[in-house]
Amino acid sequence: MAAELEIVSREALFDLALRLGDTSLVLGHRLSEWAGHGPLLEEDIALSNLGLDLIGQARSFLSYAGEVEGKGRDEDKLAFFRNAPEYKNLLMVELPKGDFAFTMVRQLLFSAFHLPLFRRMINSTDTTIAAIAAKAEKEMSYHLRHSSQWVVRMGDGTEESHARCQKAVDDLWPYTGEVFEVDNNARELIEAGIWVDPEYLRDEWNGTLDAVLNEATLKKPESGWMQSGGISGTHSEHLGHLLAEMQSVQRAYPGLKW
Amino acid sequence: MSDNKDMMPLWEVFVRSKNGLSHTHAGSVHATDAEMALQNARDIYTRRAEGVSIWVVPSAEITASDPSSKGEMFEPSGTKIYRHPTFYDIPEEVGHM
Repeated sequence: MAAELEIVSREALFDLALRLGDTSLVLGHRLSEWAGHGPLLEEDIALSNLGLDLIGQARSFLSYAGEVEGKGRDEDKLAFFRNAPEYKNLLMVELPKGDFAFTMVRQLLFSAFHLPLFRRMINSTDTTIAAIAAKAEKEMSYHLRHSSQWVVRMGDGTEESHARCQKAVDDLWPYTGEVFEVDNNARELIEAGIWVDPEYLRDEWNGTLDAVLNEATLKKPESGWMQSGGISGTHSEHLGHLLAEMQSVQRAYPGLKW
Repeated sequence: MSDNKDMMPLWEVFVRSKNGLSHTHAGSVHATDAEMALQNARDIYTRRAEGVSIWVVPSAEITASDPSSKGEMFEPSGTKIYRHPTFYDIPEEVGHM
């Protein structure tokens, strides 16, 4: 780690680790909200498994963020004692879980981008980021497989499941632009070979989505105006509610362990 | 999900815990088709690193022995203890078998 910090600023690396960690944490939490509410027992457990993969990734990224920051904050401090404006997650993942179609379409859009992202990050010049990516890549591969299957089933299913799926695609689409955003911090890391220019992932992302949506008889919306703000800390009203619930125990009993 | 029986038939799940061992019955899942059955089996029966390979078989495709013919099927072997390979002296050099 020390070697990297000579060529990039601590702030930039901290920012990236938060961006990845927060995104995984918030989506993991949204998936955990399905526990006990899944459409069938098998899928209830599957959703918890997906959520736990993401919370594991969040733990690794946030723990590294704390190490880079060097102020003694561990992953729990970062997860449970920051407010919404300090969170750097993508807006897409903080939206309420919605119906099962919405949850699966979001998982598809998310994993279709994050699979190629992590696959390239395995070659990151930052060895910690590379190691986390190597583990996360296999998890994303399964998330993509699982969500694709469901989107195809529902899209090419009944009239109602098709309509719900198409609505989810349309509602989520304006949130997909954010994954390609690159700010100054990100640019610095891309130039140092620590991170990947998301523009290189666009073709693969489009190719994956075209194949799945086509088989699911769903329409991919035209690219239009895109939401923005998550990675700079400007969030929707939903994140505050999510954090209030997720952080309530640690806020009431700081440092509590079980 | 009792009203889903026709759409979500039952599948039997067999998991192999590591290379060299055989698949053993782990339980069953509901699924509309083989691919969903595999994923459900993976999510339910291998989440604590129990396996390296999974088979799923439609439960309806399994032919089972009839419990009422237990006597003729299994009792005859009960008295033939000489079929167990326990009547040999194993040389010490062979070690534990």
